Amino acid sequence: MSGPGTTADQPANFAFSAENVERARAIIAKYPDGRQASAVMPLLDLAQRQEGWVSRAAMDHVAEMLGMAPIRVYEVATFYTMFQLKPVGKHHVQVCTNLPCWLRGSDGVAMACRDELGIGFGETTPDGMFTLSEVECLGACVNAPMVQIGDDYYEDLDPDSTKRLLKALRNGEKPKAGSQTGRQGSAPAGGPTTLVDVPAKQGE
Amino acid sequence: MPKLTIDGIEVEVPAGVTILQACETLGIEIPRFCYHERLQIAGNCRMCLVEVEKSPKPVASCAMPVADGMVVHTGSPMVEKARKGVMEFLLINHPLDCPICDQGGECDLQDQAIGYGFDRGRFSENKRAVKDKNFGPLIKTYMTRCIHCTRCIRFITEVAGVPELGATGRGENMEVGTYVEKALSSELSGNIIDLCPVGALTSKPFAFTARPWELRKTESIDVLDALGSNIRVDARGAAVMRVLPRINDDVNEEWLSDKSRFAYDGLQRQRLDTPYVRRDGRLQPASWQDAFAAIAARLNGVDGKRIAAIAGDLADCESMVALKDLTAALGSPNIDCRQDGAKLDASVRASYLFNTTVAGIEEADALLLIGTDPRREAAVLNARIRKRWLNGRFPIASVGPKVDLTYRYEWLGDEPRLLTDIAEAKHPFAEVLKGAQKPMLILGMGALARPDGAAVLAAARRLAETCGMVKDGWNGFNVLHLAAARVGGLDLGLVPGKGGRDVAGILAGAEKGDIEVVYLLGADEIDMDRLGKAFVIYQGHHGDAGAHRADVVLPGAAYTEKNATYVNTEGRAQETRLAVFPPGEAREDWKVLRALSEALGHRLPYDSLREVRERMLAVSRVFAHRDAVAAAEWGAFGTDGALDNAPFVSPIENFYMTDPISRASKTMAECTALFVAGNQRKTGTHG
Repeated sequence: MSGPGTTADQPANFAFSAENVERARAIIAKYPDGRQASAVMPLLDLAQRQEGWVSRAAMDHVAEMLGMAPIRVYEVATFYTMFQLKPVGKHHVQVCTNLPCWLRGSDGVAMACRDELGIGFGETTPDGMFTLSEVECLGACVNAPMVQIGDDYYEDLDPDSTKRLLKALRNGEKPKAGSQTGRQGSAPAGGPTTLVDVPAKQGE
Repeated sequence: MPKLTIDGIEVEVPAGVTILQACETLGIEIPRFCYHERLQIAGNCRMCLVEVEKSPKPVASCAMPVADGMVVHTGSPMVEKARKGVMEFLLINHPLDCPICDQGGECDLQDQAIGYGFDRGRFSENKRAVKDKNFGPLIKTYMTRCIHCTRCIRFITEVAGVPELGATGRGENMEVGTYVEKALSSELSGNIIDLCPVGALTSKPFAFTARPWELRKTESIDVLDALGSNIRVDARGAAVMRVLPRINDDVNEEWLSDKSRFAYDGLQRQRLDTPYVRRDGRLQPASWQDAFAAIAARLNGVDGKRIAAIAGDLADCESMVALKDLTAALGSPNIDCRQDGAKLDASVRASYLFNTTVAGIEEADALLLIGTDPRREAAVLNARIRKRWLNGRFPIASVGPKVDLTYRYEWLGDEPRLLTDIAEAKHPFAEVLKGAQKPMLILGMGALARPDGAAVLAAARRLAETCGMVKDGWNGFNVLHLAAARVGGLDLGLVPGKGGRDVAGILAGAEKGDIEVVYLLGADEIDMDRLGKAFVIYQGHHGDAGAHRADVVLPGAAYTEKNATYVNTEGRAQETRLAVFPPGEAREDWKVLRALSEALGHRLPYDSLREVRERMLAVSRVFAHRDAVAAAEWGAFGTDGALDNAPFVSPIENFYMTDPISRASKTMAECTALFVAGNQRKTGTHG
């Protein structure tokens, strides 16, 4: 094994669960005959959802399922940063530190995560609950700063709301995703500023 | 056909051609790293940028098809600036270690940096460093030098058909490698050394031994398989330092198998450099006179019928014709060049040639392999079959060993009776062959070198005839030889004369004592134990099986040490050239035979290479033309008979060691330990 972000501690085998085998079959069926290799990313994602990360054995298994050379799967899995090549905690906290988030205080968010979890970027808490990562722009700049935890985005954060969020997760709660200041979607923070008056009727 | 203007010259080229190719037709050289004419286009090095009018940016000429009315500039200030920019980026992470780099002197990056590089860099940060990979005993890696052209990945995937290399990670973290630690298991892996435009992949056995400019380069022919790949032998002093392929589109394109490329260290080891005579049961060094005298004394008064001669796999045509003439002069009809016992028929030339020709494979539209494993028997030829297969509509089936050939084929079984079934249209694959316009079959030595070989040959001929493989302008009947000497030997008629014995007969005779003297011309693959009490004369270049058994050893020259003729499996006569002199007392083989003939009182009537070649020409017109293939006439051959039930197996168990040279090679021994003994785990991190 080589390359960054991998681990030498690899499981010997991988198999999809019965339920996921069905899902995998459905995914492969979406692609025309002879183009099964197109299913490589959804299948790697499925493997990651099952195991929490993508192991060598999982990549080899996907390669075999799709009739691809294993190296072609390794190439895909190592190219995309969203495939985890080593185990991550139950909650994978990905803090965006790109420019818009940074301007809006992502340094504070990152610091809050470190304080609350007691770990730095790229590390996992000893209880295996949290992994903290620094990521590039996740495309939610309008509600910066933000973090992604699992499949959910948590936006409009400040150090306090970040700590609250992590505490809630630790307690097994499921905090509401989206803006943490309560605004609707990406609407202006203080409520609507345009189109507030009733439009004048035509001819009046 | 689109018309375009390149540097003010109007040119018309076929549609679909790229700008780079159009430039080449005008003789304008475009710098490039990733583009290679025998690989798919990647377009990732950006060195080939040109200016196209009305295009806002410079264009990568290797990947841009020409269009009508294009106006291209290849030397404008914009092009110059763009290429200099690309070069500066490439050099950011490329180490400045040319003085200790094996690629130095033949490095594309070095050459092109002369044209487009600056004498200093503006990049003051740390350079990126990449861990080296372990690709096995043949390829040395220095991955920090890699510029990510991906030529090696494309070659291994497309041409070699062993997809083990890839680019993992991305951006700054991108690395070319196998990801999991393993040696490249392709028989053609050495070619990525030639393809690598920088010093990231270099030859491990050649590492730090010589600089390219101090080598004497000799164009020659490879003899370690029967394909006759065109090679260049690089030598310094008395040693062959490396072997590289030469371009010949009709034979090996520009590839070379690992055995042919790396077995050269075997030329330095186990060499016979002086004559030996067995005295008191031990071989002892002797002078040429003593050796000849010992032979003359033993041959004195022996009836010709009690003398026999066998020509080996690496024998050249000059020495074989001399051997034939000498044997005839001694009155012996017992001569054979088929030391593996293959039931080849020397009377019909089409019966033992690869009639389709190697380049002709690309025209074929169906293929039946019989008792052959082309990947191990002729690796470069196998790449040609794969190339044809990749083009599509090329059904392949095999009656023979079930092995990975790097392309998909239908395995019909390994029983000889399948040949009869197909010939009699009782097998579904007969329909495929009959439906094809240009079907072909390849008959391997695994099918012929067996007791029922003649019957197999007849069955294959019948199959070829009934399935429409032989017709006007097309001959799909092919024999794939393993030995470089075989076709030449058959052309020269080195087969038993009237009442003569073949190899099996000679061995049986020697065992019983009917054959008293056996002359081995480089023949090492026969069962030496069966030579009984016979007096054995071994002429050859390596101390292999034959020399160990011999009573007199006459040292000869290896293929890099003589100007000699070899006929490849297609029937193409080609010449090796002297790159280094034979070691010590060793001499060119035909001269040894000529000198011996004088000592025996049967002086052969030729004193120069020209005269030997005239004699060869008198025996066969094949030698009138070099580097050319003449179509052979079809005829009846083979002997009808019952086919044995024994399955076809390939005679090659170990691709890396098939002849005295590769058996003496340390590099090939390492490959054998790794790939044939099959212990991949012992590489890399395991030490």
